[in-house]
Order: sequence, then structure tokens, then C-alpha cells
Amino acid sequence: MKFNLDSPEMKETRQGFADALIDAGKTNKDLVVLGADVSGSVKTNLFRDAYPDRFISVGIAEQDMMGTAAGLALAGKIPVASAYGEFATGRPFDQIRQSIAYSEMNVKICASHCGITVGPDGATHQSFEDVALMRVLPNMNVITPCDYNQTYRAVKLAIDTHGPFYIRFYRENSPNFTDINAPFKFGKADTIIDGDDITLIASGLLVWEAIVASEKLKKEGINARVVNMHTIKPIDKETIIKCADETGMIITCEDHQWTCGLFGAVAEVIVMHRPTKMDYIAIDDTFGESGIIASELMNKYKIDREAIYKKVKKHLKK
Amino acid sequence: MSKNPNLKTAEELSEMARQIRRDIINMLVIAQTGHSGGPLGMADIFTALYFNKMKLDSSNPEMNDRDYFFLSIGHIAPVWYATLARRGYIPVEELRTLRRINGRLQGHPAPAKTHGVPGVEIASGSLGQGLSIAVGMAIGLRMNGKDNYVFCINGDGELQEGQIWEAIMTAAHHKTDNLTMIVDRNQCQIDNRTELVQELEPLKEKFHAFNWHTYEIDGHNMKEILHAIDEAKAYKGKPTVIIANTLMGKGVSFMEDNYKWHGIPPNIEQASIALKELAVTKYGDFFDLEEYAEL
Repeated sequence: MKFNLDSPEMKETRQGFADALIDAGKTNKDLVVLGADVSGSVKTNLFRDAYPDRFISVGIAEQDMMGTAAGLALAGKIPVASAYGEFATGRPFDQIRQSIAYSEMNVKICASHCGITVGPDGATHQSFEDVALMRVLPNMNVITPCDYNQTYRAVKLAIDTHGPFYIRFYRENSPNFTDINAPFKFGKADTIIDGDDITLIASGLLVWEAIVASEKLKKEGINARVVNMHTIKPIDKETIIKCADETGMIITCEDHQWTCGLFGAVAEVIVMHRPTKMDYIAIDDTFGESGIIASELMNKYKIDREAIYKKVKKHLKK
Repeated sequence: MSKNPNLKTAEELSEMARQIRRDIINMLVIAQTGHSGGPLGMADIFTALYFNKMKLDSSNPEMNDRDYFFLSIGHIAPVWYATLARRGYIPVEELRTLRRINGRLQGHPAPAKTHGVPGVEIASGSLGQGLSIAVGMAIGLRMNGKDNYVFCINGDGELQEGQIWEAIMTAAHHKTDNLTMIVDRNQCQIDNRTELVQELEPLKEKFHAFNWHTYEIDGHNMKEILHAIDEAKAYKGKPTVIIANTLMGKGVSFMEDNYKWHGIPPNIEQASIALKELAVTKYGDFFDLEEYAEL
């Protein structure tokens, strides 16, 4: 696969979510969307304008939104509950646990504004814990798509697949590089760049950073495999074990706390099946801060291409 | 329709409620864990709904045109299980298995697909969540063009949970007149009387201010209960709340109106006194205290 590293097409992942809802809504009359006031931000206002009868406003009340979604699911609807990452997971965690996960309700929780790239809003709005919270729940499926195209496909898949889903995406424009026509392989990671020296298992926005870092390393004779682990739960054990066997070391790359997210999910497989050296690119047990430009924040918090490049070099230093 | 026909008169319903109270005492004395006060207090309302007012078929718990029932206070599960058993959803003998491993009668109710019992639509236990679910169901039914009715039972202490008031606002905003909330106003919660833990009054006025249709009844007067449910179902344009004034521990003198009976079971001596006070009914018990030594 060839990447336009210098000037990739830029698109918002949240727009992929919104477009998937509108397209799915054309044929799926059971699809309903709940709004907790931030519909303009998470772009569900587009669904509301297209299908006003299937948009349900609950006000700024994320806990009630999760319960209402569960009730709608019981009534045979396919409810999509959307808010910012922290407010879609942390605030209504107990409601998700009891009324959705334990009760196996067909609710799709779709969170925008995740990770540090929400930037100027600062730490209260930068969710670094949402994957951990959703991943720990039995019955919950967790997807962290890497670009517009993959968000679009992941949302469509979740709507068509019975059961609770958590899908995590972003506010910012980001490179759109996956194939819109390739089917979304739920639970099966995509190997984007081959390589045998080391494996970078990345999710979300960090997939692009890993690609850029890998291409740079290639020029220096280091072949870093890049795997897009878009499905965090259920995790793709087979691919992780294969990477461990074939490359001998794995670095996970995510814009989430280093514990209990992608690193945790991969490490659980590694510890159980193939003890192998690992390291991480992630938020290092800290809260974020405001910053106007997303890339500056990613750089400061060492979750960008440069941090990945340096970490690989450190480990492969002969 | 149900294989068990409805009970018609208030007298018949009250006798069934008494049997359900006896069942609760027997369940709890066997389990030696669980809540006594709330379940005894709600036996009349559960009986009115399940044996007279709700559309249901116990042999087909997922019947399409059933009315929906949500219990937001999962800890009063014993009254629900006893009611479901007497109505034919589960065997009466199964009431012996309350809170036992590998059983379906979970300490707090779970739906059948999650190792719970038929008739339970969704889990409850963590307080404050049921009304949101009921409102979602009411909105969903209306979108589907269906006229099934939705009931949700809430505790009074539970109204201290913020999510309840979010749901109260959502229901009012969406004018879910296919929903009735019944508040078990027994004035007691686990720590103390509600007005001492965190006051709820003026409660009816609060609901009124939130744009709900309100009723206040004696939650042990069967005729009043039946009438209020009829009125609530007929009311259009707003959701209805029935504030049911009840006695925690109703029917057992030493438990009545005593918050200390919120979360504990009777021992065998207390159960024996309770069963003497709750006169035997024509339906018969599933357990005899004489058996207790053998357990």
C-alpha cells in the first residue's frame, strides 16, 4: 500500500460517523439517535435534520441518555447514544454497566472528541480512560477506527451487528487513508505495512503516526511492521501472536492512558501466549492540558511520529 | 390470554397479596438474606398490576402486545419473584432458591437471557436507572405506533438519585402519556426515615412542577390502587405518577413502618410470628416452617 505521506486527504472521523448514520438511516427505519445537547459537535444534528422523527433529545443528561437508549433497544430500536468521550463513558459508566452491558442491550455508544487532539478544551474534555472503561465490561465490543473511512465502515457494521458497541473517534481533521471499499473486518487487525524488525500495533489517530514513523525508519534500513488494531475488543490474538513470533518485539501506539487500553489488551495476550518484549506510546499516567494545535500536544505528550521513531531506534540500537 | 385468568374483585386481589406476603416471608427465612420491608409494602400494588391491570401472558412472557413492567428498585425483588411465581411465570417451588448459586432468582433481578427469570426485561439493582429505561420504552412504543402501556416502580428514597430527575424531565418533554411511574412512598430507606436522610417533600408538588400528572393514593387500599391505574392509563398528554403511600413491612406488626427492616430477613422465630399475623390463604404455601430444621 502506498501512502501520500506529504499531503494526505484530510477528513474528520466524526463526519464519517455522521455520514454512516445518514446512509444507514435511509433503509434502516429502526435506527434512532439520541442527543445530549452536543449534537452539533458530534454531528448528529445532520441525522436530526434528515430524519427529525428518529432523533430523540434528552438534554444534557448522559446517564439518562444511556437508560433511555436501553429502553429504546428493548422496544426494538437500534439506538445510537453519542457525546464526547469522557461524557459518553466515564460519567454514565454505571448506567452502561447495568442497563446496557449486563442486560445485553443493542445500544451503540459513539464517542467523538476523544484523546488529546480535542486540544483547547483541556484536561476535563480529553478522554484518556474511555477505552479502559468500556473494554473491561463483559458483552461490550470496542472499536477505535483510524480515519474517516474506517469510522464510516465501523459505524455501519455496529448498526448491523446485534449487541452493545463502543466506537471512539475524534473532532479534528486527520489523514484519511484506508480503503473505503474494503469491508470492515471486525475483530481482525489490518497489517498495513510489512516488516520483520519490530511491530507497531497502533489504534485510532496513532495508526497514521506509526505509518509515518515506519516509512522514515525504512529509509534507515529498519523494517517496522504497522498493524491497525481497530478492534480493541474482541482483540485479535492470532495477529498479536504472529507479530510476536515474526518480529520479536511489539510497541503499542495509542492516544489513551498506557494502562488498560490498547497496550493492556495486547499485553494480556502476550503474557498469556507469547512472552515477548513490549513497550508503549501512550499517555503516561497523567492528565492533559490545553493547547491550540493538536500536533503540538501530541508532541509534548510523546504520542506522535517522532516519539514512535525514537522509541524504535532506542530498542533496536545495536 | 394468560393461562391464569385475572382476579376480579378487590377481595380476591387482597387475598392474593396476602399470599404473596407469606411467600416473601418464607423466601427470606429460607435464604437468610434479602430485603423484607419494601417487598411486603408493595405486595398490593404488584398484585393489582399482575393479576388485574396489565396485559400479559405468563406462558408467553414476550407476547407482543404485553404491557411493560420495570422495577427500578431491584432490591425488592422478593415481591416480584413471588408475584411472577403466583402468576405462573416461574414455578412456585422455585421461590426456595432466592439468592442461591446456579439459581435464577438473583439478589437483584436479571433478565432471562442473563441467568435471570422470564418476565424481567432488564437488570436492576443500582438505583435510579429504571425510569430512564421506561421512558425509552414509552418513546419507542410510540414511534412504533403501538399502544402497549409502560409501568415503572420506583422507591421514594431512590428519588434522591439525580438520574431519576433527568428521566422525569425527559418524560415530561416527550409527553410520554403511555407511562405511569408508581412511587413506593413508605418514608423509609436503609439508613433512616427519608425526611431525615434527605427530605423529599413536597413531593407531589415537585412532580407537578416538572409537568407530570399526579395522583396520591393509599397503596394498600386495593380499590384505590385499581382506580388510580385506570385513571392513569386514560390520562392523555402527560406522564402520570402515582405516589402510593405505603407501610414498609405491611402486614407484619413488628416490621411495619420501621426502616430497620429495609434490608434484613426474619429469623425463624420472627417468621413464625409474621406468618401468624398474615392469615393462611386458599392458595397454600410452598414451604412449611416445620421443614426449616432440615434445610
